[in-house]
Amino acid sequence: MITYPFKYKRAKSVADAEALMKAAPDGKLLAGGQTLIAAMKMRLASPSDLVDISGLKELSYIRVANGVVAIGAGATHFEVAASSEVARAIPALAYLASIIGDPAVRHKGTLGGSVANNDPAADYPAAVLGLNATIKTNKRSIASDAFFTGMFSTALGEGEIITEVSFPIPLKASYQKFPNPASRYAMAGVFLARTKDGVRVAVTGAGPCVFRVPAMEAALAKGFTPDAIAGITIPADGLNSDIHGSAEYRAHLVGVMAKRAVAEAA
Amino acid sequence: MAVVSMTVNGKPVSVETEDRTLLVYFLREQLRLTGTHIGCDTSQCGACVVHVDGKAVKSCSMFAVQAEGANVLTIEGLAKDGKLHPVQEAFRDNHGLQCGFCTPGMIMTAVDMIRRKPKLDRNTIRHELEGNICRCTGYHNIVSSIEDAAKRMSGATS
Repeated sequence: MITYPFKYKRAKSVADAEALMKAAPDGKLLAGGQTLIAAMKMRLASPSDLVDISGLKELSYIRVANGVVAIGAGATHFEVAASSEVARAIPALAYLASIIGDPAVRHKGTLGGSVANNDPAADYPAAVLGLNATIKTNKRSIASDAFFTGMFSTALGEGEIITEVSFPIPLKASYQKFPNPASRYAMAGVFLARTKDGVRVAVTGAGPCVFRVPAMEAALAKGFTPDAIAGITIPADGLNSDIHGSAEYRAHLVGVMAKRAVAEAA
Repeated sequence: MAVVSMTVNGKPVSVETEDRTLLVYFLREQLRLTGTHIGCDTSQCGACVVHVDGKAVKSCSMFAVQAEGANVLTIEGLAKDGKLHPVQEAFRDNHGLQCGFCTPGMIMTAVDMIRRKPKLDRNTIRHELEGNICRCTGYHNIVSSIEDAAKRMSGATS
């Protein structure tokens, strides 16, 4: 498969990438490329320019300090999964990164790319929303609750580049994913975090965009047991329905994954 | 068009290519290294796995220009001085292939896997093979081959 023609530009820095994007008529940032290049090969995307930000040193770091795990947008899934610091601070986050795609995809795919793309079935958005992370860009900081705005859409503006995602360290967290056996994307994935401020439950794969389940959060704040949410059903209305599973099936899966997450984080 | 330079199997190459040329086409059609296969072209099957700067990647999911200055290893670069790599030996000894189409990707993935995780159990091997599809073997003998190769490479007798 061959993509439409485009001009390739390798950015020397985030500032350089910003300038290259500004100069391009219809530019796209290239990070790991594990979704973008596939879409370009299918000719579903045809950017005029690709501005390559993969491998930028300034975006490739993992720092754990002051109760926060700060990860550069360019960190690959492999790097996050293999980080002993992440595994100590937020084991559920390292685990999540370790089950994205397959080993070759994890060697290329990045945190920033996954979050910016906001695929309805991607894993990272669940962690970002569940852990109440902050998305830092070249222009501002955005709270997770304001970041994911719909299917493949985010609060990112024109020329805005994610530079870091910082995850507050919870008391306990768990990620439970029911993967599609062929694609490994989440049919339903639940990221649950317990903090001193309460419980957050974020769901990916089931709907058009990652979302929280306030009813479960409230019930778990009162009693943190799987039984506390046993009676809570997710309305199937508006959930994804395809050859892999109906909306009703996914609604049920969310409940099952949530209970498993509670059991693990108890 | 731009001239792309990289090291492939230890040899420096500089070849003019389009920006949109995928690494797999660059290797197969411009360098004539046809050991790297194209099975699906949708980054699912893993027949095109090569190593770029020591990491297994799907060469259908990156552009050749991205590998500028990189060190690329393909299946053709594994054997040394006419002697097969231990993973290649193990695939032969354990009947780890039937039609052989997926084998280059399986072997490149296996070499990467063993380097990262020298102690492999069968369950781990199966999970590590999630990005590689074989339509003949049912995977059983591929798993046995990799298990055997990991043992040989750690110096233990199999």
